[in-house]
Amino acid sequence: MTNNKKAIVYVRLKEGVLDPQGVTIHKALSQMGYNEFVSVRTGRFFELEIEANGNDIDKRLDEVCSKLLANPVIESYTVEKH
Amino acid sequence: MKFGVVTFPGSNCDYDAYSAVKHVMGEEVEFLWHKSSNLLGSDLVILPGGFSYGDYLRGGAIAKFSPIMEQVIKFANSGGMVMGICNGFQILTECGLLPGALMRNSHLRFSCKYIYLRVENNKNPYAYNCNVGDVLKIPIAHGEGNYYHYDGEIEKLEKNNQVIFRYCDKDGNITPEANPNGSLNNIGGICNKEGNVLGMMPHPERVVEDILGSTDGLKIFESIIASLKPIDTLG
Repeated sequence: MTNNKKAIVYVRLKEGVLDPQGVTIHKALSQMGYNEFVSVRTGRFFELEIEANGNDIDKRLDEVCSKLLANPVIESYTVEKH
Repeated sequence: MKFGVVTFPGSNCDYDAYSAVKHVMGEEVEFLWHKSSNLLGSDLVILPGGFSYGDYLRGGAIAKFSPIMEQVIKFANSGGMVMGICNGFQILTECGLLPGALMRNSHLRFSCKYIYLRVENNKNPYAYNCNVGDVLKIPIAHGEGNYYHYDGEIEKLEKNNQVIFRYCDKDGNITPEANPNGSLNNIGGICNKEGNVLGMMPHPERVVEDILGSTDGLKIFESIIASLKPIDTLG
């Protein structure tokens, strides 16, 4: 059994940045009669498997997110470790 | 002078750019392979349109880490001229050579059509032969061309006269209807503060001969060549 760790990175558009996909999905929900949903924002997530003996993981995850997985101009990210 | 055109896996406008420079402008040009670390003595590097690395993650997000880009970034930072067209513009914002980001078109569709661009600043090598207010007819072909930067930064860009091209109607009016993708302030092309790096979403290399429907792209290539000629010919 592997002892590898896992991190899930959620990337989403920053607050205030228009998300046309979210707007379109929200409109569809309204047309379907689901009127209680006030807004929809989209995003994506990444599952990263990490060597069990990896060092400095928090710092390296942060680098990976800001250098590649998210574009800091328009996106923010959160990391969940498992 | 010598041009270099970078080919990434997924570039599809590299031959158009090469042909515009070589066969129409009659200048020397070389392809630069993405895995190479040699700009082959280029005076100007073109990052062409296309879908580098399949547009995986975000347009331009992977290309910025290719070996050739390391050299392109060094070249640009030492004053070398770098022009990014469409996907090339996306790569330039991703690697930080140009400010801001290119987001999904606000209408969510891929847009392939002629648009009009108004020249906003001609004190720049890429619009050197144009007059401010000139209207150029040039096609776009992109799904992620919606220029965005956060509050405060857009104002800086405008104040520094870094907006070179803006989407307009055929008479040069900047209107919401003339904006094909939702870009802030109808921005279609910008340069860095120093003016040596340009990014634009429309494709000037596609309109350099009458048979192609417009020759307005020539004005941009002619500007580049005129600006790079020895200083005494500039008057």
